[in-house]
Amino acid sequence: MAKIEIKVNGKARKADVDPRLLLVHYLRENLNLTGTNVGCDTSQCGACTVMIDGQAVKSCTVLAVQADGSDVTTIEGLAQDGKMHPIQQAFWDNHGLQCGYCTSGMILTSVEILKHNPHPSEAEVRHGLEGNVCRCTGYHNIVKSVLAAADAMGGK
Amino acid sequence: MGLDTFGKGIKRREDPRLITGKGTYVDNMKMVGMAHAYILRSPYAHARIIKIDVAKAKAQPGVLDVFVGKDMEALGSIPCGWSHPGLITPKHPVVAIDEVNYVGDPVAVIVAEDRYIARDAADLIDVEYDPLPAVIDLEKAVASREQARVAAAHADVHHAGAHHDEAAAGEAIEQTVGAEVKAALASQEAAGPHLVHNEAAHNTAFTWTIGDKAKTDEAFAKAAHVTTLRIRNNRIQASAIEPRAALASYDAASEGITLWMTSQNPHIHRLLAAAFVLGIPEHKLRVIAPDVGGGFGSKIFVYGEEIIVVWASRKLGVPVKWASERREAYISDAHGRDHVTTAEMAFDAGGRITGLRVKTLANLGAYLSTFSTAVPTYLYGTLLSGQYDIPTIFCEVLGVLTNTVPVDAVRGAGRPEATFLLERLMDTAARELKMEPTAIRRKNFIQPNQFPYQTAVALQYDSGNYEVALDKALEMVGYADLRKQQAEARKQGKLIGIGVSTYLEACGLAPSALVGSLGAGAGQWESALVRVMPTGTINVYTGSHSHGQGHETTFAQVVSRELGVPYENINILHGDTETLPYGWGTYGSRSAAVGGSALVKASQRVREKAIKIAAHLLEANEADVELVEGKFQVKGAPSRSKSWFDIGLQSHLAHNLPQGMEPGLEFTAFYDPSNFVYPFGAHICVTEVDADTGQVQIKRFIAVDDCGNRINPMIIDGQVHGGLACGIGQALYEEAAYTDEGQPLFGSMMDYALPRAHFLPSFELGHTVTPCPHNPLGVKGIGETGAIGSPPAVVNSVVDALAHLGVTHIDMPLTPEKVWRAMNAM
Repeated sequence: MAKIEIKVNGKARKADVDPRLLLVHYLRENLNLTGTNVGCDTSQCGACTVMIDGQAVKSCTVLAVQADGSDVTTIEGLAQDGKMHPIQQAFWDNHGLQCGYCTSGMILTSVEILKHNPHPSEAEVRHGLEGNVCRCTGYHNIVKSVLAAADAMGGK
Repeated sequence: MGLDTFGKGIKRREDPRLITGKGTYVDNMKMVGMAHAYILRSPYAHARIIKIDVAKAKAQPGVLDVFVGKDMEALGSIPCGWSHPGLITPKHPVVAIDEVNYVGDPVAVIVAEDRYIARDAADLIDVEYDPLPAVIDLEKAVASREQARVAAAHADVHHAGAHHDEAAAGEAIEQTVGAEVKAALASQEAAGPHLVHNEAAHNTAFTWTIGDKAKTDEAFAKAAHVTTLRIRNNRIQASAIEPRAALASYDAASEGITLWMTSQNPHIHRLLAAAFVLGIPEHKLRVIAPDVGGGFGSKIFVYGEEIIVVWASRKLGVPVKWASERREAYISDAHGRDHVTTAEMAFDAGGRITGLRVKTLANLGAYLSTFSTAVPTYLYGTLLSGQYDIPTIFCEVLGVLTNTVPVDAVRGAGRPEATFLLERLMDTAARELKMEPTAIRRKNFIQPNQFPYQTAVALQYDSGNYEVALDKALEMVGYADLRKQQAEARKQGKLIGIGVSTYLEACGLAPSALVGSLGAGAGQWESALVRVMPTGTINVYTGSHSHGQGHETTFAQVVSRELGVPYENINILHGDTETLPYGWGTYGSRSAAVGGSALVKASQRVREKAIKIAAHLLEANEADVELVEGKFQVKGAPSRSKSWFDIGLQSHLAHNLPQGMEPGLEFTAFYDPSNFVYPFGAHICVTEVDADTGQVQIKRFIAVDDCGNRINPMIIDGQVHGGLACGIGQALYEEAAYTDEGQPLFGSMMDYALPRAHFLPSFELGHTVTPCPHNPLGVKGIGETGAIGSPPAVVNSVVDALAHLGVTHIDMPLTPEKVWRAMNAM
């Protein structure tokens, strides 16, 4: 077993875990943060995307011990003071989801896209989303949501 | 938001929970003492199981138990839900007993304290297999049958009175033909393909025909032109992003089991699992489908895994969960499509279709999945008239067993296959007849004054206006200009293609008596319970199930309009067999047309009773009371009124109800449609093919769809977008391909190419509205149209781009390699 301490959504969490425990399972099973989903097990679909130290990472191929000492944000930590993050709001306003299973990962990847490029073109959004698969929306409204969020955030 | 939401693209009420990570998917659920099941699967496509040694696995700390097929031998065979005359249904054990029939066939189940331990233990199970030859290729699988048919036809010449129906010849051989044929057959079989199941001669589970063979043959004999195509419709996988999952909890006190599972139709799952496989009374099994992360067909069917967790939970007395890995999903979720078809279309000299003749080999995989026998027959053969007035059609379908994952419905189910071959035939014929692709379609469209239109293949179309939709799509794309630009581009060596597809589908399945007479083991009605609560809010229980379609929003819009109750005050509940009236669930774009119509019917009954109560409270004649803007008021005296609160409360208090009236205010309605519904549309795809690499890029995609009246245009557009992505995926990227030995080449999302955001364009959508004349909402379906109309638009576009190089057809998926080979005539 290995001792880890990870700050998850602003709160320090200590645990003693099996060294092979995946971060996604640690978040889902140990911390009950089930907003992070598992879709493919191989980092292809992006449903398990979380932010580690401000960077979007696929938590299905990261060991919990690798995240020791880091700052993790999951979808549950994105809304502040009960108010949705502008990207979450944009997904709602623009019908950027259907079944919702890929949505957490899409939103967290979009946070990263807009952090690096606050005013992306449509093509840049599409390329930015290439590591996240959605089977419901055909991406049309996801792209629309990210572009709307970029406008709403005004380059923030 | 209030009363006036019908027809408006209001935001979905289910979204806030899903975008903040608060959805309840099955694998999110935990129970005290819960164990995890892991399933060991066959690495062979076809093999005898000689021995399974589970001792080492069983001895691992944390392993509760390990089960093999023999332990579950008493369970029933996983059933097929649609029968055909003469259908051969191989026994389908939940866990293989002495033979495995595809890579992925379950051979053992490990139940352990956590999923890591269970998976580790699986590696310690020693299975000794005796590999058998695998049957993979469709044409090879039935080769002996084809040889026998030829032999039988030959024998017919010599044996007067022998069977003349070629379609039935395969079955008739044993009874009617002589020793020479039998001998020939025996020698061919000895040398020919192996059998997946010994009971299915020639690997054929059924032979199905529709239409008039003699009349069609005659049309071909007289034809001025015949266009022939051999088409392979590629095998695909639904790939819902949420893998399937099931959690069963046995309650020893009641001897009842609750099963949470990823289901599109909880009642069907309960019925088939309880009655056919587990052999327990239905009331002992409660099936709950909470949030489901997409279905696309793959979560309709009864699979072994949900039976396994129920069985193991009962056996071990703890809750047991199974959650599919993606790798596992590819070899355990039913696949879709997979046809090999020869299609011929006869024309007169003026380009009018005079007949259609189709022969299809439909892959069923190793066992018959729940709807597998309906998909390539009633959902395919009956669609072969498309939007066209075709005087005679004959279609023969062979259901073929192979050592592959079972094949069943995937988004569109049968209709994409029918549309694809029709629209490829139309384009090919246009080229051969030197007609413009839109002109040949216009010439053959069923005209608005021909509705209701009886096709040559059973269906009676309800309403349609096909030319208007095509005109709209052509206008949106700027067709005439685009053709000029294409010619210019070609001079510069650029390969631009314009592909048109016009489609029609039958969905909103459909009269129960009719489908029953055709072999369905299911009814096709839907239920709704509308319950007015004491404070005038409404609880609605629907037999439809939402797994991304937004029913919580659209169904509330429907009830709000029917009852004049604010949208916010209507609560939609679904997905639990314990609390809902019986219903058949969501597939085949039936939720709005059938489930929504049931809502209207139940709402109308509620309204009628509410008016009676209001009239009584207002001391007015019932005929003088009307529901206006959510208030029950006396005609001509709007100040005399009662609210839904008043009616809801009084109906529950029952202090002052009309003489003899029962308390309460709720009705359950069952709506059985009188016909399918027939959405239609026109899709146009503009592609550019890279002259050096064969890479296809979609430049524009225009979809004009007509789904009748529109409840929520935003949700409709979303459904179209998703359907287009699935269809374009099938056309360009996706294929569940096997080696000749039956090894899958699609082990993960790294090998199975799903469309990603940068593969697709922004879609340009348009619509026309031709209401359905026979359901109370006037709605048709929209969930599958995108997947039906788009594949031929894409392929027609690529062939159009390459036609001047002599390319006439490329089978899907149009990978760069295939396209490059076609354009370089390799």
